[in-house]
Amino acid sequence: MTATQDRPAAEIGKDRRRKEDQRLITGRTRWTDNITLPGMLHLAMVRSPFAHATITSVDVEAAKASPNVVAVLSGKDFGDELGVCINAWPITPDQKTPGHSPMPADRAAFAGEIVAVVVARSAAEARDAAELVDVEYDEQPAVIGIKNALRDEVLAHPDLGTNKSALWVFDSAEAGTGSDVEAAIETARTDGILIEREYRQQRLIPAFMEPRSVVVDPTGEQITMWSATQIPHILRFALAATTGVPESKIRVIAPDVGGGFGGKLQTTPEEWIAWAVARRLSKPVKYTETRSESLMAAHHGRDQVQTLTLAADKEGNVTGFKVHLDADLGAYIAVVGGGVPVLGAFMFNAIYKFPSYRFECQTVLTNTTFTDAYRGAGRPEATYAIERIMDELAAEVGVDPLEIRERNWIKHEEFPFTTVAGLEYDTGNYEAATAKAKESFGYDALRAEQKERRERGDRVQLGIGVSTFTEMCGLAPSRVLGSLDYGAGGWEHASVRMLATGKVEIVTGASAHGQGHETAFSQIVADRLGVPFEDVEVLHGDTQIAHKGLDTYGSRSLVVGGEALVKAVDKVIDKAKHLAAHLLEASEDDLEYKGGRFTVAGTDQGVAIQELATAAFAAHNYPEDMEPSIDAEATYDPVNFNYPHGTHLCAMEVDTETGAVKMRKYTCCDDIGTIINPLIVAGQVHGGLVQGIAQALWEEAVHDEAGTLVSGSFVDYLLPTSADTISFDVVHTDDPSICTTNTLGTKGVGEAGTIASTPAVVNAVVDAVRHLGVSDIQMPCTPERVWRAIHAGDSDAPTPETAMPHFSEGALNQDEGAGQ
Amino acid sequence: MIPVQFDYLAPASVEEALSALGQHGDDAKILAGGQSLLPVLRMRLNAPEVVIDLGGIASLRGIRDDGDAIVIGAMTTHHDVRDHALVKEHALLLSKAAAEVADSQIRHRGTFGGALAHADPAGDLGAPALALGAQFVIAGAGGTRTVEASDFFVDLFETAIGEDEILTEVRIPKHTGWGAHYEKFVRVAHQWPIVAIAATVKGSIDEARVGLTNMGSTPLRATATEQALTGATATEDGVRAAAELAAEGTNPPSDLNGAADYRQHLARVLTGRAVLKAAGV
Repeated sequence: MTATQDRPAAEIGKDRRRKEDQRLITGRTRWTDNITLPGMLHLAMVRSPFAHATITSVDVEAAKASPNVVAVLSGKDFGDELGVCINAWPITPDQKTPGHSPMPADRAAFAGEIVAVVVARSAAEARDAAELVDVEYDEQPAVIGIKNALRDEVLAHPDLGTNKSALWVFDSAEAGTGSDVEAAIETARTDGILIEREYRQQRLIPAFMEPRSVVVDPTGEQITMWSATQIPHILRFALAATTGVPESKIRVIAPDVGGGFGGKLQTTPEEWIAWAVARRLSKPVKYTETRSESLMAAHHGRDQVQTLTLAADKEGNVTGFKVHLDADLGAYIAVVGGGVPVLGAFMFNAIYKFPSYRFECQTVLTNTTFTDAYRGAGRPEATYAIERIMDELAAEVGVDPLEIRERNWIKHEEFPFTTVAGLEYDTGNYEAATAKAKESFGYDALRAEQKERRERGDRVQLGIGVSTFTEMCGLAPSRVLGSLDYGAGGWEHASVRMLATGKVEIVTGASAHGQGHETAFSQIVADRLGVPFEDVEVLHGDTQIAHKGLDTYGSRSLVVGGEALVKAVDKVIDKAKHLAAHLLEASEDDLEYKGGRFTVAGTDQGVAIQELATAAFAAHNYPEDMEPSIDAEATYDPVNFNYPHGTHLCAMEVDTETGAVKMRKYTCCDDIGTIINPLIVAGQVHGGLVQGIAQALWEEAVHDEAGTLVSGSFVDYLLPTSADTISFDVVHTDDPSICTTNTLGTKGVGEAGTIASTPAVVNAVVDAVRHLGVSDIQMPCTPERVWRAIHAGDSDAPTPETAMPHFSEGALNQDEGAGQ
Repeated sequence: MIPVQFDYLAPASVEEALSALGQHGDDAKILAGGQSLLPVLRMRLNAPEVVIDLGGIASLRGIRDDGDAIVIGAMTTHHDVRDHALVKEHALLLSKAAAEVADSQIRHRGTFGGALAHADPAGDLGAPALALGAQFVIAGAGGTRTVEASDFFVDLFETAIGEDEILTEVRIPKHTGWGAHYEKFVRVAHQWPIVAIAATVKGSIDEARVGLTNMGSTPLRATATEQALTGATATEDGVRAAAELAAEGTNPPSDLNGAADYRQHLARVLTGRAVLKAAGV
């Protein structure tokens, strides 16, 4: 047993290198695709090349005759055992939800949809045979793009009669959280500033590093599924609910998973097909997608048109904000597909004190890959809209963008603050984060340089972008999710097993796919329990070990899962105290617990918790009124979200001759409460920033008019590498706003960088060329778009007097990317 | 992804390779560095029955001095082209362009001859080879023949190399002491160029050669610009005026990275910059 007295200083706050990294970086670990079972068969999918087509016939004879092919199955070969792909979040009671078979027998509704599966003894033979499956299609008109969908002229699913799936509305006057936005708009129209904008959130592809992979082993008493998923527990529940296999007969394992970013928060057709084939053939099967399939058929993200009306008085004090979203769900409503844009409902008011607010979200169906969560999920879209339009307001008023924000934001002494969207922000200090960011960024010097370049008419102009973001994270709380008609809760479960040798096994329902849970959770337990970091082992990602959990997404693992762990540890200490009192022949009231050791006050008598674990195991001597165990478990459901925030400042250089943009400096000051591991936080912030910057500058999933994904490889879907980014200036406030709704004081950080950075970058690019008559550039801000914006002249620059709406055809941001 | 099954041959000499090629004809594909071929095979865009790997033929590698030219073996990697002293001395433009090919891993695998034979108009080496007046030595059953750069690039992914022939080496006339710059315009570092300009100038400026990447179905020369630059003084205004002619006769593609008119605009702006840098202005 390790001597606990020698335990080093507090673990929380220490920049421990991640326990996981050696095996992950060297590849000496088990990914789903590495798993090989005796007699395992391999699957290859046959996918529709058409965005919308009825399936006339499927001729599988040639494929069946191909070497080592065991079976070729199409939709009509399956019955109910195939199950269905679920939508767990119907956003309104009257939502139009198309049925979603993992493998439809009659009609394909997007290019890439699976219409048949080949089963062979090797992956190569399966792939070869898949090319021999002869599917006859009768191509149907396809609806691509939000604006086309809204017209309802061509229907993604003719039997639904419309492409409009659901309209979700929040109105502050109706909710009693604020006044009437229409009145504010009317007042602003005559006696203030009205800013009307349409912004487009392009479609993105999560592009996780490890392609999706699934192995199903139906041999044995339980059916086991290994999947590269973020959500093993939800996956098990959905398999049981839709395929008729009792949950107790299903074991789902998420081994090491190579990234998700929301893209593996899905219950996929591929998993359901692998499940059905394995059961049908009573053989283990494996399916691993190719990168091309991943880009085409794994769920996409974002894809919204945002119609925004911001009302303010002449000094720039916002009086109302009206938001109408049109959100493209793709061909089906994925597991939380409709809910993602609705999550934005609570965040368009951001850090500001708006008196009135209305939010509408119209979801539409199109013949494209279904969309769902992508890092930030709803909140980046909201943050982009508000932070872009606050810059526009600043331009109208003629003040610095930080000044306009300060006029409207919640002051630090006003917390806790109930927003116009009805959320209660517990803590925050926007002044402190902004001051620190400004200082670190060198704001005033860069503004001076910008001025100098403008005056000189330099070929390279400098722009400064601001994003003062907040977000709601830690999804949870279950009651709130229930009020939004989400199909599940948001609690998390943890257990602590005190082993006989003094080691500690902790089991969490969170399911890491790159976050570093094993390290951060070990730090929390080491501190809380007073045992060495090295003695803590974190188990997760297997429903047989972590029998209960709600998995990892929405920046929830630490703030919900970590808190569950704390509660379980506290129970262990309580039980151990009872045992300690018995062994020390002392009163529990006289025991102190410190550094992993109970001591009797005023004496040198004591016992370490790891000794107590051994004593409980031996069970030779324990109180009559307790079981011989100090293990414990806890389920934690938070009462509120938590609200990290930060000020992000970005300087971009724009080459006005070519439209090329170059990042000059990026500073972020995030206030995320207590930091468990600064190194992991830095990693999350860096990666998050790059993903958000990539939306601003590089990434866009483009379908042509026929619904074919044009950006179907990394040649056309541009992911940045380290060569395209700069060293970020990451700072934190000196006196963070500790979260008051959990005991650790933590706030989520997994999505913060992505949520904050996109508008900071676009604001900077626009700021660099605003004096040339540019007030918007559609994302991604390609050199061509920047160049054309500069040369579009200043005809679209609105003034406070005219406040021309931008909602006409042909205006900037009308291009949905289709048909390029 | 998994390619369609193919047979693999690894000849030890050019003669063996030609013999294999003669035997299998258009069922065969030549494998050089594989940086373009393997993705094509893995995405099943092509399914040759035989792949003939030139990697084992030592005579195809290396760079040598041949009097008024340097000779680059077809299987020399981009990395070696970039770093070779002879290239830096006599064909600086090639060294600069090779440095811009994709990323470091690809430069260590991809080959000079393979890239030129692939003839992707967005490839980084065609325009410099054209600008430098490269001569392509092509071996066939009947011996070797030499093709001028102006005749080598025929169309999109099409060169003067016959189905039964192999590009063995490329002769680059010496441009000793010429200044050079390869101006590559990309959105992310590892991307194919949206447009790139290969400029090399003698003196300041006695003569100029300007090649254009991705401005048509083959690499192109900006001949009007070259003529306007000949004998000109390398001033910013003068060079930019000459560069205004750079897009004449080009027919660039339109795609997600830019429409044709934008590419032509880029070609004019970037040609000015490339020539000025090449001239050391």
